Amino acid sequence: MIAAVWFWLVAIMIAGYVVLDGFDLGAGIVHLFIARTDRERRQILASIGPVWDGNEVWLIAGGGTLYFAFPALYAAAFSGFYLALMMVLWLLILRGISIELRNHIESALWWPFWDVVFGASSALLAILFGTALGNVVRGVPLDANGFFFLPLWTNFRPGPEPGIVDWFTLIAGAAAFVALAMHGCSWVVYRTEGDLQQRARAWGAKTWWAVLASTALITFFSFRLQPHLEAQFAAHPWGYVFPLLGLLGLAGTRVFSARLRDTAAFLCSCLYLVGMLTSAAFGVFPYVLPSNVASQGGLTIFNASAANYGLYVGLAWWIPGMLLAAGYSIFVYRRLPAKVNE
Amino acid sequence: MDSALAVHRLHFAFTVTFHYLFPQLTMGLALLIVILKTIALRTGNPAYDQSARFWVKIFAINFAVGVVTGIPMEFQFGTNWARFSKDAGGVIGQTLAMEGVFSFFLESTFLGLFVYGEKHLSPKMHWVTAFLVFLGSWLSGFFIIATDAWMQHPTGYKVGAHDRILLDSFWGLVLNPWVFWQYLHNMLAAVVTASFVMASVGAYYQLVGKFSEHARIFLRTGVVAGAIAVVAMLFPTGDGQGRMLANHQPVTLAPMEGLFDTSEGAPIAILGQPDTDAMKLDNPLLVPGALSFLTYRRWGAEVRGLKSFPRDLWPDNIPLLYYSYHIMVGIGTLLIALMLLSIWSLWRGRLYESRPLLWALLLALPFPYIATTAGWMTAELGRQPWLIYGLMRTAAGFSPLVSAANALFTLIGFMGLYLVLGILFLFLIHQEIERGPQPAIAPAPGVPSPGVAA
Repeated sequence: MIAAVWFWLVAIMIAGYVVLDGFDLGAGIVHLFIARTDRERRQILASIGPVWDGNEVWLIAGGGTLYFAFPALYAAAFSGFYLALMMVLWLLILRGISIELRNHIESALWWPFWDVVFGASSALLAILFGTALGNVVRGVPLDANGFFFLPLWTNFRPGPEPGIVDWFTLIAGAAAFVALAMHGCSWVVYRTEGDLQQRARAWGAKTWWAVLASTALITFFSFRLQPHLEAQFAAHPWGYVFPLLGLLGLAGTRVFSARLRDTAAFLCSCLYLVGMLTSAAFGVFPYVLPSNVASQGGLTIFNASAANYGLYVGLAWWIPGMLLAAGYSIFVYRRLPAKVNE
Repeated sequence: MDSALAVHRLHFAFTVTFHYLFPQLTMGLALLIVILKTIALRTGNPAYDQSARFWVKIFAINFAVGVVTGIPMEFQFGTNWARFSKDAGGVIGQTLAMEGVFSFFLESTFLGLFVYGEKHLSPKMHWVTAFLVFLGSWLSGFFIIATDAWMQHPTGYKVGAHDRILLDSFWGLVLNPWVFWQYLHNMLAAVVTASFVMASVGAYYQLVGKFSEHARIFLRTGVVAGAIAVVAMLFPTGDGQGRMLANHQPVTLAPMEGLFDTSEGAPIAILGQPDTDAMKLDNPLLVPGALSFLTYRRWGAEVRGLKSFPRDLWPDNIPLLYYSYHIMVGIGTLLIALMLLSIWSLWRGRLYESRPLLWALLLALPFPYIATTAGWMTAELGRQPWLIYGLMRTAAGFSPLVSAANALFTLIGFMGLYLVLGILFLFLIHQEIERGPQPAIAPAPGVPSPGVAA
C-alpha cells in the first residue's frame, strides 16, 4: 500500500516538474519565433528569470524522491537510458547557462548566440522528455537482474530490439514538443502585453491543433502497443477521470484563449499536461517500468520499491518538506508583477 | 570489465571535482555576505552594502555554474552506479531526496529575491533573504556530507534479502557520528576558500590602487574570517576527523601517512615518496613520535602500518592517496601561516600597506581550492576499495550494462562542455572584478535582469 502512495507522490512530483519547468521550456521553444526584437527576447527571459531555477528543482527533488522510494527503478532506468539521459544533462547545462550568462555582456554577437542555444536546448529537452515517457509506456527489454541498456536507435521499430528512438517514441517526443510549445505560448500570453502577447496568442492557437492531433495519435498508438493500458482502464473505469481531465484542459485552453481569459487558459494548459501524465501513470500502474520481453516481468511498485520502514519514514519528512516548498512557491509567484515590465 | 570500472570512476571523479569548485565558494561566500550585510545594517555604512552587492554578483555566477554542474551528480548515481543505487538507494536516496526537498526549494526560491530583490525589499527583509540562501546552502552541504559519511562509515542500516541494504534507523543515518567532524571540517573549508577569495580580490584592488575603501573591507573580512576558519580546520575538526579515521579506517590512515611498518612512537612524514614495491618511504623527512601522539595522544603509542593489513583491504591507489593527503596538509599549513601573519599585521594596522603580504594574499587564491580538492581526494581514495565501507566494493557498484566505451563517450562530452564552461566562467568573473563594486544600485545601462545570475 505504502508503495502505491509513493507511486502517486512521485507521479505528482514529475507532473509538477512538467507543468512548471514545462512553461519555461515552452517559452524557450517559441521565443525565437514570437519575439522579434531584442527587447521582446528580454521580456520572455524576464518572465521566466525569477522562477526557472526553482522549477528545475522539481526535477532534482522528484529524482531524489524516485531514488529513495524506488531504487531499483532509478538504477534500471537511469543506466538503461544512459545515452539519452546524459544528453538531457548536457542540454540542461547549456540551457541554464544560456539563460544566466546572456545578459552579462553587451554584444550584438553574444546575445543571438545564447538565444539560439536557449531555443535549441529547450526544444531538444522537450523532445527527449517525451521520448522517455514513450519508452516507459512501450516497455524495455529488462534482463533477469532487472537491468537493460538501450542504444539511441536500432531499426526505429518498437519491436523486440528497440532503441530509445523508434517511431512510437518519436511520436511521443513530438507530442511533448508541441504540448510544451503550446504551454509556453500560454505562459507568454499570460505574462506579457502588446505585440509580443498577440504573436504568442496566434502561435498558441496554431499549436493547439498540433496538440490535438498528437494527443489523438499518441493515445491511439499507446493503446495499440501496450495492452496493459486497456486492461488497466477496463479493470478500474474510474481511471477515465484522468484522460477526461486532460481533454477538459485541452478544450479549456482553446476556449479561454479565444475569450482572452489568459490566466484561465494557462491553467487549462497546466491541467492538460497533468491529465496526460496522470493518465499514463494510471495506465501503466502497478508497473513502473514494463518489460517488452514476454518472458520477463517488468518492474512494479512491489519489486522496485524500498523497504517499508524507509517509505514510512520518508512520508514523515516529505509531507512537511513539500508543504514548505509549496509555500515558498506560492510566495514567489504571488510576488511576480501582473505583467513583465520591461 | 576492469576498464569499465576505471572509466566510471573517472567519470564521477571528474564531474564531482569540477562541480565542487563552485559550491565551496558559494557556501562560504553566503556566510560572508550575511556578515557584510549584518555590519551594513548595524553601522549604516554604505560601503558595506556596496561590498555585499559586489559579492552577490560573484556569488550568482558561481551559483549558476554550481547548479548546472550539480544536476549531473545526482543523475550519475543511477546512470553510472546502478548496482550501488539498486542495493543502497533506499538508504542514501533518503538524504539525497531531503537535499532537494529541504535545501534546493529554499535556496532557489530566495536566491532570486536575494540577487534582484534589493530594490523591492526593506534592508531587513533583504538580509533575511541572504540568511535563507545561506541556510539553504549549508543544509544542502549537510545532506551531501551525510550521504558521503554513510558511504565512509555506514550506520542505521540492515542487510535484507538479495543483499539489499535497507534503512533501519532514520536517526542512525542522519546522526551518523562520522557526519559531525566531516561536516564541520568541510564547511570550514568552504569559509576558508571564500575568505581567501575575498582577501585576494581586496589585495588586488589595494595593490593597483582601486576601490580602496572596499578593498579594506574585503581584506578585513577575509582575513578575520579566514584566520578563524583555517585554524579551526586543523584543530579541532581536522584532528577529530583524523581520529575517526584511526578508529574506523586504520587501513586508510597507514598509507595516507606513508607508514608501512607497525611501530611504537610512529613518526609523521612531512615529505617522502611511498614505494609500494619495496614497501618503504623514500627520502623521508620525519617528525618522530608525532603520528602516535596525534592519533592516540601518547608519544609511544603503537600505530599499525600498512603491512599489517591484508592486501585486499588496502586502498587501491596508495601513492595518489598519500600525495593528496600531503598536499592538503602542506597547503593547509601554509594557509594557516599566511592568515596568522595577515591578521597580526591587520591588528598592528600595517596590512593595507604591506605590499609583500598583499602580494602573498593575491597569489594565494588558487591554493584553498587545491587543498579542498586534495582533501576530498584523500577521503574518497581512502575509502577504496570500498564503495560503502565494509559493505560493498567499488568494483561491485557500477552499472553492469553501460560499457566502457559508452561511459568514455559521455566522459569526453563532459570534459569538452566543462572546458567551455570553465573558460566562460573565468571570463565573466574577470569582467565583474574589473568592474568592481558600484556606488549605487544601478544595473548597467539597458541591461535588465532576466536570469538569476544576470
